[in-house]
Amino acid sequence: MANFLLGRLLQSLVLLFIVSIIGFAVLHLAPGGPLSQFALVPGLSKEDLARIAHEMGLDRPLPVQYWEWLTRLLGGDWGHSYRDNQPVLAVIGGRLSATLELMGAAILISVVVGVWIGVMGAIRSYSIFDMLATVGAMVALSIPTFWFGLIVIYAFSVHLGWLPPGNRTTVGSESTFLDYLHHLIAPAMVLALVEVAIWSRYMRASMLDVINQDYIRTARAKGLPERTVLWHHALRNALLPMIALAGVEIPTLLGGALVTETVFTWPGMGRLLLDSLGYRDYPVVMGILMFSALLALLGNLFADIFAAVADPRIRLT
Amino acid sequence: MSTGDIVLEVENLSVTFATESGPLQAVRDVSFTLRAGETLALVGESGSGKSVTSLAIMRLTPPAPLVTLAGSVLFTGADGERRDLLALDLDGMRAVRGNEISMIFQEPMTSLNPVHRIGDQIAEAITFHERVSNRVALARAAELLDKVGIPDARRRLSAYPHHLSGGMRQRVMIAMALACNPRVLIADEPTTALDVTVQAQILELMKELQQATGMAVIFVTHNLGVVAEVADRVMVMYAGAIVEKGGVVPVMTRPLMPYTQGLLHSVPRLDPESLGRDTLEAIPGSVPDPLSLPPGCSFAPRCRHVRPACEAAVPALEAADDGHDVRCRRWRKLAEAGA
Amino acid sequence: MSSAAAIESVETARTVKPGSRAWRRFCRHRLALFGIAAIVLMVLASVVGPWLIPFDQLKIDIRHRFAPPPWEGHLFGTDMLGRDLLVRLLMAGRISLSIGFLAMIVSTAFGTFIGVTAGYYGGAIRVALMRFVDAMLCFPSIFLLLILAAFIQPSVATITLIIAATSWMEVARVVEGQVRSLRERDFILAAEMIGAPGRYVMLRELLPNAIGPIVVAATLTVARAVLMEAYVSFLGYGIQAPMASWGNMLNNAQQYLGSAPWLAIFPGLMITLSVASFNFVGDGLRDALDARLDLR
Repeated sequence: MANFLLGRLLQSLVLLFIVSIIGFAVLHLAPGGPLSQFALVPGLSKEDLARIAHEMGLDRPLPVQYWEWLTRLLGGDWGHSYRDNQPVLAVIGGRLSATLELMGAAILISVVVGVWIGVMGAIRSYSIFDMLATVGAMVALSIPTFWFGLIVIYAFSVHLGWLPPGNRTTVGSESTFLDYLHHLIAPAMVLALVEVAIWSRYMRASMLDVINQDYIRTARAKGLPERTVLWHHALRNALLPMIALAGVEIPTLLGGALVTETVFTWPGMGRLLLDSLGYRDYPVVMGILMFSALLALLGNLFADIFAAVADPRIRLT
Repeated sequence: MSTGDIVLEVENLSVTFATESGPLQAVRDVSFTLRAGETLALVGESGSGKSVTSLAIMRLTPPAPLVTLAGSVLFTGADGERRDLLALDLDGMRAVRGNEISMIFQEPMTSLNPVHRIGDQIAEAITFHERVSNRVALARAAELLDKVGIPDARRRLSAYPHHLSGGMRQRVMIAMALACNPRVLIADEPTTALDVTVQAQILELMKELQQATGMAVIFVTHNLGVVAEVADRVMVMYAGAIVEKGGVVPVMTRPLMPYTQGLLHSVPRLDPESLGRDTLEAIPGSVPDPLSLPPGCSFAPRCRHVRPACEAAVPALEAADDGHDVRCRRWRKLAEAGA
Repeated sequence: MSSAAAIESVETARTVKPGSRAWRRFCRHRLALFGIAAIVLMVLASVVGPWLIPFDQLKIDIRHRFAPPPWEGHLFGTDMLGRDLLVRLLMAGRISLSIGFLAMIVSTAFGTFIGVTAGYYGGAIRVALMRFVDAMLCFPSIFLLLILAAFIQPSVATITLIIAATSWMEVARVVEGQVRSLRERDFILAAEMIGAPGRYVMLRELLPNAIGPIVVAATLTVARAVLMEAYVSFLGYGIQAPMASWGNMLNNAQQYLGSAPWLAIFPGLMITLSVASFNFVGDGLRDALDARLDLR
């Protein structure tokens, strides 16, 4: 087991390395490059630009630049924002909690609701409920997140006035826990929509697979009530493959968070990326790219560890 | 082996599956009785309906619109009351399952829940049926593991199924089945998936336990060698119906139905009589499609002794001898010719 | 299936309620049919529709701004500049659907190429290519998409290419898996045995046998591409005004949500309808093609 995890860790590091190359290449090969922000400033001559480029090391070959950036990154220096010269890690760190909070709430909703829909769909497979859940999930996967956000704002904020149309807290008032929660409901719901659909589909398939297993027949042959058979014997087995799904879904969730944050003016990493793109703030953009990939890889790694903990077959072998 | 009172009476049991191409009758009009302490072997090729019969007694076939059960399964409980299991409500049936009638299955590798400890899996039947505390049930589970020959039973309670070999897992399954001292044990090919040496051990264990508890056993198998070893009586099934039944000695030594004869001939034997001869022969053809059975005897298309009359109507199950029934129009002629 | 196997499957009690299975198949089939009908209708309407409507998509009419639907011939109302919403929706359909189809073609071709190469050659080539695929999948695709779109002059062509550049990985994975399993089969070995060269084996033997999964993945990629276009354009880095796409029509809709909700509702419905249609068709195809595999 330890060997397996070590192997996965090594694999993740290799992937992270490739990821960094891709990110670096995308940013530096794109037309304009990091220098383009200065080209917009009036009064800068060609010579000034060249001097700036030299100071920033942008006139050297790309592999050399990459190597420098990488060694600094490994030393913990993620660079400084072009906008306000703050360390990139601090800039990202300031936005991280909002995004994680939003993602956490969405994961909670999607796991609870998705698992429930999936289990019910599997138990009553081919019933009206199951049909509606199947079609509903496919439609939910087709709705653009931002549009669903607009509809939710229109319905619950503009029309009914139940939920605030954006922001993390009410501006200018004391921020209480309830106020946080009140603001969290709508964006979490919007971000969760796609994930609920995905979870319910996978859960249904997994549960259907499990309830046809021999050990479920054994449990029934013992005379156990159906409730015990399903929720004690079947669910635990059906949930095992879902742990991996939770890890795999992190990039999708992060992408969804970006869009949701935009619609709900939520001060998270997604908004930061958009703002940084507008300012051509390369170090921050690169930092966010690396950070999101890191989050995805960590997600997979934790999913592996958690699966090993939850599945007795992996634990002692 | 002494046999006691009747515990199970199956009368005209039929099992019909609803399939896309119409109703499929997997079991047709099966009737038999089972007495305390005896072992009845249910023999047939795969697809003969023997497993479905055993699942139907436990009502473990899929629910109503998919599978319909007809006939009656009269079970006499420990309290002496006779009930029709097919007429019980689900709660009533659950009170019987794992308590008065238990079942063990063919695949010990997949029949235990991989994520629960075996102690808990044995104990949960006891806590559910006998309303005792978990601690008491676990202590009972340890005794049971000891009884089925698992060494160091107390420690094994916390083992997971994947820690155990196939033979050990089947012992756990047996312990689980015996947890509430059932009156009937249905064993659906319990040794098929095991190594030959382990097979013998499990059969020996089941015999011992049966003698100790006096329970009745329905032993479903396709292995005639096993039948000779464990059974008091034999019931041969073909295409969902009983084609021959009787005591193990008459059926195995003087089979009347050509199908049973064929089955016996297709088993290699080592007794001095048959050693020199070339007696091993397969039955030609294959099991008929259950959706389009022949109008007459379902074995007719593969039978060497077939006559036009055989293909006209389904023959009845006739009593040939005391307690020896056969479903063959020509059994008298064949017996005379053979003798 | 032999009759013995038929009963065996019955005996293991894994049957499905027959009536409802047929019903489900029918229902699935109906969804796919609905999807095809909707796609054909949308394509036809987008191509022909704008000629039939007596308004120009760029005609600004300040007197009739925010006309709610239906208003004097403006069936779907007008936008903040008084432009007819319906004709803009149809013109946007041309752009959004074209990008969807084109991005599908490019990404499917590229993904297939990578997948076949990795699956056929195996070894170090496979490891390198599939690791690259894994790495690409670590990023939220919308992040890559936005960064590329932000730095490159947006046009239909560049947006198409950018979407394709972030959509080919699934196809590559599917094809790689297919090809790797097909490679083990006898007929590929036979082709190699008689000395057919590598490229010949790939094109003549492997590709046609992997076509089913490719078609399914391609259909789902159209859905994805339409959705991606909507995201980038909504965020302001995609198709630029005055050209209309379903995504950029929603760009300004948020600020008029209270006064003119139809500006947000109609484009979103078009996106959902088209994406769902392609998803339905893809799902139906998957079922149909799986069934054919079963018969073999």
